[in-house]
Amino acid sequence: MKFRDEPVPGDPLPILPGHVSPGRFERVLRAGAFAVTAELAPPDSADPEEVYARARIFDGYVDAINATDGSGANCHMSSMGVCSLLTRVGYAPIMQISCRDRNRIGIQGDILGASAMGVCNVLCLTGDGVQAGDHPQAKPVFDLDSVSLLSLARTLRDEQRFQSGRKLSKAPRVFLGAAENPSALPHEWRAMRLVKKIEAGAQFIQTQYCYDMPLLRSFLQKLEDLGAANRIFLLIGVGPLRSAKAAEWMRQNVPGIHIPDALITRLRGAADPAREGRNICIELIQEVHAMKGVHGVHVMAYRQEESVAEVIDKSGVLAGRVPWYPGRDRQDPAQSNTADTNTADRVAS
Amino acid sequence: MYRMRLWSVRHARGLNQLYRALETVLAMLQPLLRRLGERRVERSLAAVERQVKGFMFGCQMCGQCVLSSTGMSCPMNCPKQLRNGPCGGVRANGHCEVLPDMKCVWVSAWEGSQRIPGGVEALRSVQFAVDRRLQGSSSWLRAVNERVQVEGAARTGAGQ
Repeated sequence: MKFRDEPVPGDPLPILPGHVSPGRFERVLRAGAFAVTAELAPPDSADPEEVYARARIFDGYVDAINATDGSGANCHMSSMGVCSLLTRVGYAPIMQISCRDRNRIGIQGDILGASAMGVCNVLCLTGDGVQAGDHPQAKPVFDLDSVSLLSLARTLRDEQRFQSGRKLSKAPRVFLGAAENPSALPHEWRAMRLVKKIEAGAQFIQTQYCYDMPLLRSFLQKLEDLGAANRIFLLIGVGPLRSAKAAEWMRQNVPGIHIPDALITRLRGAADPAREGRNICIELIQEVHAMKGVHGVHVMAYRQEESVAEVIDKSGVLAGRVPWYPGRDRQDPAQSNTADTNTADRVAS
Repeated sequence: MYRMRLWSVRHARGLNQLYRALETVLAMLQPLLRRLGERRVERSLAAVERQVKGFMFGCQMCGQCVLSSTGMSCPMNCPKQLRNGPCGGVRANGHCEVLPDMKCVWVSAWEGSQRIPGGVEALRSVQFAVDRRLQGSSSWLRAVNERVQVEGAARTGAGQ
């Protein structure tokens, strides 16, 4: 989708009435399109080109790119650094902020800094425990948790002040997100916990991997019963499984991920398990696309990022729409007809 | 100590009633406590609280006790010190992702809350981040002072 007020890459879009950020991602969701986001694994490097190379893989298939913040408690380039590089060329990053490594002084400063660098989306996370990563000897901070982080970020934006009360001369214009895991225990509580995040300031949710569709459906039903379905943009986490062995390893070692036995059996029986894993992913994307109350998918394809384009393409959820990427409008004049920003019009392929 | 914590969650209902009674008694004694001197009372109450709650709940003396709103499962025992519910990493057996031998503090909280009247409702309120300056101070005294203040304000309000 191309907006009438399309800026020079790297410049912010005008903030429309009812929007909180000058970002592309919020525009796509509020225009009613089915959004696609993907996770970028930050490099163990100080080379900006490595970041751009990892982002380019997604060109034309994703509306926003998540920059992880020391995911799995492993050390990598910071999400702030990755996002600053991405915004320079116009990408729409979602800056993940974890509460593990910084206290409220550091985090509030980072939100201001990120917004100044053009970051329009912030995903508020608690983060993994240090024990999970490559520096288990580190001091875990956890001054905040994801819910108090959301409320702090909302205070910065909507009340234009720090937690201390000190005024900001300009508030950060950020679209606020949070995570949820419909597959984790206690199942009955998960929807209620999401409502708490909405009340603390969450506007969009990206979930952990969802492989168990009945579990997801009952979660969505609970959300609707709580009257929360219309108050949030929900992006379901999906990803291709490489093999039955990889799926079993994930199930055993990545807490909170639930993969039904039927999927593992299917992978085990396949002649080309990686191919089958991508097929499963495509089917899951199509299935969640048809669910009421789902506004997009978040593709996490760690170490198989090149498969994102294929699964999104084959799933057909973009319906011919080409998400913006640097150079999109220059290369393909067919895409340059403008869509009304307030309708769900999609650019014909 | 861990087994004691699980016991406390199983007896959340009774312990909650016990705490309510304690708070009422302390509120009645508040004028006397005042006369004894805030600092002295604070010191002794905090010492008792540390022993009792440390034994029963694994209390870390955050100074902003929310046990009644968390089914008598202390959230400060969560390795991430989450105050607003479980993280996404709860294991399939209901245990902690960081400490696999420990039952998730919030899975316990969910169970304990069912035993306290209004307990599940209490889980819904957003808890703001802990004020780290209150570490080591008595939550009991703070709760009692707040209660007396609120009751006093209600009385003056009613009198007008």
